[in-house]
Amino acid sequence: MSAPAISVSDLHKRFNEVYAVRGVDFEVAPGEVFGFLGPNGAGKTTTINMLCTLVKPTSGSAMVAGFDVTRERDDVRRHIGLVFQDPTLDSYLTAAQNLKLHAELYGIQSGLVGPRMHQVLDMVGLWDRKDSTVGTFSGGMRRRLEIARGLMHSPRVLFLDEPTIGLDPQTRRSIWTYIRELKESEEITIFMTTHYMDEAEWCERIAIMDHGEIVALDDPQALKAQVGTDRVTIHTDDDDAAIAALAERFGIEARIAEGAVTIQVPGGEEFVPRLFAELGVPIRSVSVSRPTLDDVFMSYTGTTIRDAEEDAGKNRNRVMMQMMHGGRR
Amino acid sequence: MSTTEAPGAAPAAAPPAPRPAPVRVSVPKHSIASELRAIRIMWKRDLVRFVNDRIRIAASLAQPLLFLFVMGSGLQQLSRAGTHGVNLKTFIYPGILCIAVMFTAMFSAASIVWDREFGFLREMMVAPVNRSSIVIGKCLGGATVACTQGVIMIALAGLVHVPYDPLLILGVFGLQLLLAFTITAFGVMVAARIKQMQSFFGVMQMVVMPMFFISGALFPASGLPRWLEILNRIDPLTYAVDPMRRLVFNHLTISPAARRALDPGVTWWGWHVPALLEAGVVALLGLLMLAIAIWEFSTSE
Repeated sequence: MSAPAISVSDLHKRFNEVYAVRGVDFEVAPGEVFGFLGPNGAGKTTTINMLCTLVKPTSGSAMVAGFDVTRERDDVRRHIGLVFQDPTLDSYLTAAQNLKLHAELYGIQSGLVGPRMHQVLDMVGLWDRKDSTVGTFSGGMRRRLEIARGLMHSPRVLFLDEPTIGLDPQTRRSIWTYIRELKESEEITIFMTTHYMDEAEWCERIAIMDHGEIVALDDPQALKAQVGTDRVTIHTDDDDAAIAALAERFGIEARIAEGAVTIQVPGGEEFVPRLFAELGVPIRSVSVSRPTLDDVFMSYTGTTIRDAEEDAGKNRNRVMMQMMHGGRR
Repeated sequence: MSTTEAPGAAPAAAPPAPRPAPVRVSVPKHSIASELRAIRIMWKRDLVRFVNDRIRIAASLAQPLLFLFVMGSGLQQLSRAGTHGVNLKTFIYPGILCIAVMFTAMFSAASIVWDREFGFLREMMVAPVNRSSIVIGKCLGGATVACTQGVIMIALAGLVHVPYDPLLILGVFGLQLLLAFTITAFGVMVAARIKQMQSFFGVMQMVVMPMFFISGALFPASGLPRWLEILNRIDPLTYAVDPMRRLVFNHLTISPAARRALDPGVTWWGWHVPALLEAGVVALLGLLMLAIAIWEFSTSE
């Protein structure tokens, strides 16, 4: 097996007193599509920024494309392509001018700039718009152009930080088509972060991140198989009574997730008739779902991604309130 | 693009078009050449943006012209006795030569905040080049743009009774270049810590207008009230305006009395500061602020 495209050991990042990333270890093989999954604020972007040499690790080490991210910063930069969450195009310039500027900045042999540009623009379906000003592009077109630009210098590793955030479902799908085609046509390793469960399924392997740590790392099928249970979600007239009844009669621990009583049971479909017969609390609706990555996330962290994000939001608000009140005291 | 294929590799009858082999490029190892390239890119980008932005060209010309012609002509009525027969426009012309480049240089530096807000700066920051090259390129770009503005102001010399002497023009241009560089470095230094355009212009308003008024661009720097004299000597712009005025007045034919009254020169505790030293002060400040700006950009994440 050849040397890993990315290898990370015991990576930490502290901002003042807060640890954003605490002790992360993993390896990504060349040619792999590797995903970081987790709620906002889990430390995904901080990790990606450390790998891209934009943020210095507090401790630990990371090698990207065979170079150390702290000691060989420029060599790492020569071999990686980046697509950020926020757009970084010059909207005054045309698509072609943006790519040429990038090629010049990276010192690409001038004879190859034209053919390479044609190829990457073709790949993302923007060749016929190459002379349009970026300011006239839609959000999806800009993201595609950024992907093309990230590929301009034939990087060995392409980093995509939330590549489909803020895009409509159709555009998200088309971005994924490009990413998969890219994997077939170029020798490239793709490292991406996302907080969309359905997108993580496209990755060959996923690391689930929560509170700055990797809580699980495997391919999506294996992760889902590990859960081993189906998710049954019940809407009732009295959730507290339903939870109590589930504990008493079935010995199942239930919790409220996204506003509904949720339980994990093996063989969900067979369980539903028993549930209706024995629960004793009126049920308004019920749904059974096969394990998804959401359940994987839930089984490792005890919460869904969406709830985790809401909690993080509430926490932020609480801290803000404390700061505001503390100032007056 | 070439679509030739190896004869043996031709697909039998595959319906999808054969995918051309990827064009592989490589990024050369980091060297002095990459840094020079980065400096040139930043410099060129400032120029291109300036040329494309006609409104900005007009706006940054309007202010110095207003000062020169409206204020110069208007106040002339009051000050005829005090200027020893020299037209007030002629007197404030050197000051205007300075502020013309100053405003433009500030605008140039402001675009770094703009670029940060719209993300483009990040594309530069992750490229395999040093941040110092980005900052140096930016400062050179700002200085160049400001000087094109300065050249327009130089062209107006005839309207305010200043002769078109090649030596004078060269000297004025040199001083303008120096000042523009220093001001851009100052702007970039400030911009390094500022994330929003409004705050940047707030800071600029707070710093630039007082600097301009205190510098002596509109009045001679002698016989001032003590407090104003102190402020005037602290103001870095003073050391650009004064040599500029000396240079221009060297090429005027006016009475010695007028020269003494209007172009007294800057003194430190009674010592007459030579023009070259004044220019040196401006250059030194520029380099210092450039160094701070580089340091700020290199340490920020």
